[in-house]
Amino acid sequence: MATVSQTDADSGVDAFREEVRTFVREHFPQELKGKSLAMGGVEIGGAETPDQKAWRKAIGQRGWGTPTWPKEYGGGGLNRKQAAILNEELARAGAYNPIGGMGVLMFGPTLLEYGNEAQKKEHIPPICRGEIRWCQGYSEPNAGSDLANLQTFAEDKGDHYLVNGQKTWTSGGQWAHKCFAIVRTDRSDKHNGISFLLIDMDSPGVEVRPITMISGTSPFCETFFTNVKVPKENLVGKEGQGWTIGKRLLQHERTNISGAGAGRGGPSLSDLAKKHSQVDSNGKLADQVLRDRIADVEIRWSSFLLTARRAVEESKAQGGVSEISSALKKLGTKLGQERAELAIEIMGKQGLGWEGDGFTGPELAGVRAWLYGKATTIYGGSTEIQNNIIAKRVLGMLDHQ
Amino acid sequence: MAVLNEEQEMLRDMAREWAANESPVTEFRKVRASGAPEAFDRAAYAAMTEMGWAGIVIPEEHGGSDFGFLSAGLVVEELGKTLTATPIVMNTIAASAIVLGGNDEQKAAWLPRLASGAAIGTLAIDEGAKHDPAAIATQVTDGKLSGTKAFVPEAHGADLFVVAAKDGLYLVEKGDGVSLTTRNLTDQRSHADLTFDGAKAQKLANGGESLLDDVLDRARVLVAAEMLGMAQAVFETTLDYLKQRVQFNQVLATFQALQHRMADMFADLAQMRSAVEAGLQAIDSGFGIARAATVAKAEANRVMHKLSNEGIQLHGGIGMTDEYDVGFYLKRSRVLEATWGSTSYLRDRFAAIGGY
Ligand SMILES: Cc1cc2nc3c(=O)[nH]c(=O)nc-3n(C[C@H](O)[C@H](O)[C@H](O)COP(=O)(O)OP(=O)(O)OC[C@H]3O[C@@H](n4cnc5c(N)ncnc54)[C@H](O)[C@@H]3O)c2cc1C
Repeated sequence: MATVSQTDADSGVDAFREEVRTFVREHFPQELKGKSLAMGGVEIGGAETPDQKAWRKAIGQRGWGTPTWPKEYGGGGLNRKQAAILNEELARAGAYNPIGGMGVLMFGPTLLEYGNEAQKKEHIPPICRGEIRWCQGYSEPNAGSDLANLQTFAEDKGDHYLVNGQKTWTSGGQWAHKCFAIVRTDRSDKHNGISFLLIDMDSPGVEVRPITMISGTSPFCETFFTNVKVPKENLVGKEGQGWTIGKRLLQHERTNISGAGAGRGGPSLSDLAKKHSQVDSNGKLADQVLRDRIADVEIRWSSFLLTARRAVEESKAQGGVSEISSALKKLGTKLGQERAELAIEIMGKQGLGWEGDGFTGPELAGVRAWLYGKATTIYGGSTEIQNNIIAKRVLGMLDHQ
Repeated sequence: MAVLNEEQEMLRDMAREWAANESPVTEFRKVRASGAPEAFDRAAYAAMTEMGWAGIVIPEEHGGSDFGFLSAGLVVEELGKTLTATPIVMNTIAASAIVLGGNDEQKAAWLPRLASGAAIGTLAIDEGAKHDPAAIATQVTDGKLSGTKAFVPEAHGADLFVVAAKDGLYLVEKGDGVSLTTRNLTDQRSHADLTFDGAKAQKLANGGESLLDDVLDRARVLVAAEMLGMAQAVFETTLDYLKQRVQFNQVLATFQALQHRMADMFADLAQMRSAVEAGLQAIDSGFGIARAATVAKAEANRVMHKLSNEGIQLHGGIGMTDEYDVGFYLKRSRVLEATWGSTSYLRDRFAAIGGY
């Protein structure tokens, strides 16, 4: 019996794999092979080439950019096994998933959980097709780690809210079509006075000012709202439920950052070291100290990946968030930073190029990524805030009264 | 803080006041915005030479004050605090190479000009992206020097290069046989690859076998002094920020997790200062220079690396912006960490000096 069903399952899997291969063969432009969009395009506002556009449309139409999302809202409707096969086949073909950004990573999953039917029908399909860019309107000048201190106010005007206030650090704000924001609807209650609102970035009264970062790029903005009218239909959940919904979204964000922040792009440390320092006749790095340090980072990276997998398994088994998931974000982001620092050390001054001749594109990109990577331990709940969460919520080490 | 004599205290106070008033970080921003490859302000350098700062390690008979390295370090530390873009560190090292290795004629020809600012000198040693004075291929035949040098600091403004060749150090003037390719690094200061093609070279023949090491040790210590100023500035700026930024209805400085971080850094900074000052004093006393210089630069690397990262982290989001200065210290720090000896180079050297 077991054997028969196993075979059935295998043939189903094989058929799906074949379907993916055919799709990739027919639709993936070979010119794009090996290229990808860093961070799912969050920080890039550049225009698409015709090839990139065609690939986005093809995969978006199929729902395979968001493979496990329900089919009725434009997702792929795939199970985990199929999604894994899809990933494998894309990787094998040197193809990338062009459907990304905050819509996919954070907002979509949250809206699927908390949005009403009309909201899901309106907002999820364009995310699946990669047509709409979302930005995150959470932080304010005086509401960073203390996010619940936010003051942007949405006044009830009957059929709409009138929004006034300032957000900041809005990643991709200058390129976004829409913003998911948490705003204050009640000044008398810090946490229960917060609501989750969807705001069109081209509404009258929305103004963005890009901020230049230490890496020389301007991927985020100050965002000002002056008497911005937002229809009541754009309230997600109930009034006052914004803190709960907003925190749920942060969980998605953290899970994503812990992996993305680790900056796995570019050559491996060992390849870099082989290129920039001596190798002995056995193929070993001649610099024993460097060899040791690379192995140290890679061992901890391996155990990080194992921890990430365990967190997923535990949360599936328990039907809740694993208690080690709070540690993941701080571990992954720190390792990413260590890796970037070590890469610079391996390359010497060749690893510190800012611009101009004498550096390859990837070398320069590596420097900018090293600098940008310093943000990963700050955003999405800083390392210190993660430590507070672990100490207080997981370990029960409460402040003395 | 080392015990200073009256002269040194005056010098330090003058440098502190000048850097704070005439050369705050906004001046570095102007230099950066100008995009000029030499990346320093000539008028500001003229003001420094006017005050005698370019001649601090140059004997009085050659137009300097001969105050010594501790004094030079005091000035450089203050300039480091505000990230003053200036060739004064490299010029001082070039001058000390001539003091140590030059003959009377070379000293008379160059030292007064390096002291007055009429000429600027720098050091061209490494031929690759990492510090490695043992791997030098540059050669001199019949007084003509040929070879390439990588990432030479302050190359664009320099009139005189102290160049390492296989058989020792040479003086080469800017001009025929010397060509330069700009290399833009994260600190947005002057760096260039140099090609010498039969350039006229004069040997610094008086310094003995150890001349290259002696000069490099002086460079290590003086760069460490610049890093000390930078570290001090990052520390103070961060501490000030934590004392005024409010989250959760209280200033960040009241969170014990952050208090302990700052306390750790305070202790690190104390060690860095002792190491750097001991390096400067060793040079002036002429005793145990190699070891002291290695300790100074290794500690400077370690502590500055840590503080440059912590400075950004503890500033939160604004630390990531170009509008705040703290990112400049990070970008300059990594360049200086790699200059005249990375931490692993210095650890290796320390062990070698210790005979293990
Ligand atoms: C590159 C980048 C992109 C971003 N993108 C977005 C975005 O798209 N949308 C958005 O809404 N926000 C975004 N942010 C903002 C980010 O979420 C905030 O920067 C973050 O929440 C920290 O807040 P803050 O910057 O105000 O720092 P602060 O809260 O002022 O913190 C400063 C320092 O103090 C520490 N600290 C604070 N409280 C405590 C405590 N109780 N105990 C111990 N230490 C503490 C912090 O960890 C930090 O080191 C982005 C930030 C960056 C850097």
